[in-house]
Formats: sequence, structure tokens, C-alpha cells
Amino acid sequence: MTIRHHLSDPLLMAYSAGQLPEAFSLVVATHVSLCDECRARLGSFDAVGGAVIEEIDEISMGEEALQAALARIDGLPQATRAEPLKPAGIFPAPLADYVGGDLASVRWQRIGGGVKQAILPTGRDASARLLYIPAGTAVPDHGHRGMELTLVLQGAFADDDVRFGRGDIEIADENLEHTPVALAGEDCICLAATDAPLRFRGILPRLAQPLFRI
Amino acid sequence: MAKAEDGTDWAGLLIRVRDSRDRAAFAQIFRHFAPRVKAFLMKSGAGAALAEECAQDVMATLWQKAHLFDPSRASVSTWVYTIARNKRIDALRKDRRAEPEELDWGPEPEPDQAEAMEAQEETERLGRALASLPQKQRALIERAYYGDLSHSEIAAETGLPLGTIKSRIRLALDKLRHHMT
Repeated sequence: MTIRHHLSDPLLMAYSAGQLPEAFSLVVATHVSLCDECRARLGSFDAVGGAVIEEIDEISMGEEALQAALARIDGLPQATRAEPLKPAGIFPAPLADYVGGDLASVRWQRIGGGVKQAILPTGRDASARLLYIPAGTAVPDHGHRGMELTLVLQGAFADDDVRFGRGDIEIADENLEHTPVALAGEDCICLAATDAPLRFRGILPRLAQPLFRI
Repeated sequence: MAKAEDGTDWAGLLIRVRDSRDRAAFAQIFRHFAPRVKAFLMKSGAGAALAEECAQDVMATLWQKAHLFDPSRASVSTWVYTIARNKRIDALRKDRRAEPEELDWGPEPEPDQAEAMEAQEETERLGRALASLPQKQRALIERAYYGDLSHSEIAAETGLPLGTIKSRIRLALDKLRHHMT
């Protein structure tokens, strides 16, 4: 698997700093699970956090703090290394965690044209959903008020002749009006997150929008 | 804000905590890092009492999760930072945060002393680079990490030498993937 479309530095740094809305964190963690390049870049942003901690003007702990800590760890078992969970399906661990399983556990809602979605439970400042787009089908033309991240998990889509396959991430802002089309061959499954409701160009999808929270 | 470059081998101490539950090593780590974590949490908006309590939690987590520490991947400062950040998200933002899939690094490798020192030296170099940035630029980075900037306000242009750190981690990941196939 060759990933060509990666996370941006601001997104990685915001994730490292703990400042992303939950829905975006889910997309970042899922992409990083698939992409060693971004995992390494994230490691370097975490190291900046380490340097910030190291350089900070320390504030003394209370007098009994160390004794309290030592007393506390006496009662604490040290966890031992557990075998990391190796998801067998197409969802990396952080996503499988939100879905409660792999593809078979997704509760899809039809939203027309063969397209299905499933909204994932995240904090309200941004929303995350899985999209199921049959091979060869276009996702309705839409623009954004905020930022939208789309991560491919299965199949591929093309947007303006640029191909996005498994692991690739498309970062769209409000200036981009785009029409992603699922490529022929395999149905396309994506994880998408946005910090503003999508607006669709057609009248019908726009009417349906409040109903489906897309 | 001069930092004592006393050359303490933090990774070595944490490995003693990891492998033999060494309380003296834990105490030494606590004395250095707990007041920093407390300061970090106060900069992030916690009051002194909450920051103290959370710093205690962070150090207890460090003890409990010592088995996850791999000195060739991150320095102790970096590791403490990630625990403190997660504590902040938990306690202050009451938000959930998705974490990347844990990699199967296999049974605990004999820590390569040179590799472990490298990660720590990198963090120290990064600290010096941070300290020598123009005040305004440095403040912007610190505010981002204190959780004082929203994601849309964060500009990732740090002016810090991150390339070597990225390359080292990338190399370790390549080696791991090679072993897995």
C-alpha cells in the first residue's frame, strides 16, 4: 500500500497538542495507524511537547507529594505488555473502537443514489461518519463552511483527476467545491469528518440535509 | 530559564522502573518531572490544587505504563508530555481522544544504549533550539502545546529542527516492518 496523500503539519501538530475536535482526532489516529510516514512526523511533534515540558519553569509540588506518590504506587499493579490488538478487517484499531467492530458492525443509513452513511458518536464540535459509495458513483457535489477530512479505507475515489486510495487523506477547506467519484472496481468506504455541516448544491439533497445530519 | 544539563540518564531510570519497579529511580524521575507537569497543567488553565492532583495521576500512570516505554522511540520528556497531554484532555476538556493503533514491537528488546541516549539528546537539542527562538515565535509554540490555541490557529511552522527526529523514528518503523514481513 502506497499512501500518497498525507496529513498536513498543522493537523499533526494540533493533534499532538491535543487541540483537535474528537472527530478529527479519530481521522488522524486512523490515518496514522496506516501511515508510518505520518506516525514518524507525529513523533517529532510529540518531541516538541517533550521539549516544552523540559524547558518550562517548574512549579514546586506540595511537601508531601513524593511520599504520597510512593505510597500510591505501592498499591498499583504495573501492567504488563499486552499483545496489541490486531484488527483483521479494514478498520484500524481506533476506528474499530468507535464502530464497535469491523465493517459488518456498521449500521448504515441510506442517503440516496446507493450511497450510505453511518454517523459515529463523537463530541459535537465536529462530526465523523463513515461513507459507503458504490463503485462508479459520485458523491453529491458539495462545498464546505469548515474543514473536511476524508480518509479512504476501501476502494478509491477520484477528485478532479487526483486518485485517493486506501490510507490516502483528502483535506478540503471552504474554498474547495469538489465532486469525489468512487472509482470502478470496488465500492468505496471512507471515514469523513467535518467541523461544519456540509452544504449540497442540489435542492433535494439540501432538503434532506437536516434529516440526515450530513 | 536555564536548564541544568546534568546528563541524567532518564531513560535508564525509567527502564529500572519498568524492569525492576525501582522506587528510588521513580523518586528521581518524580522530583524532576512532577513540578514540570504541574506547571504545564497550570499553564493549560488548571488551578494549583487540580494541577497538583493531576500531576500525581500522571506520575502514577508513568509507573503503571512503564512497560510501554521504549527508549529508542521517544525520550522520557516526550513520553511524560504525552501522558500529561492526555490527562489534560481527560480532566480539563472532558473529551475523548482516539489514539493510533499500538504497533507490535515484539518482546521488550534489550535497550540499545546508544539509541536511547540519542532520543534524549535530540529532545535536549530541541529544548535548546526552542529556548533560542525569538520570544514571539517561542511563545506561539508554547501556547499551542499548553492548549491555548484552537486547531485553526495553530501554524505548524516551528522553526525547530524536526527532520532528524522524524527520520530516526521512520528508520525504526522501517526496521519493524521489515521484521514483520
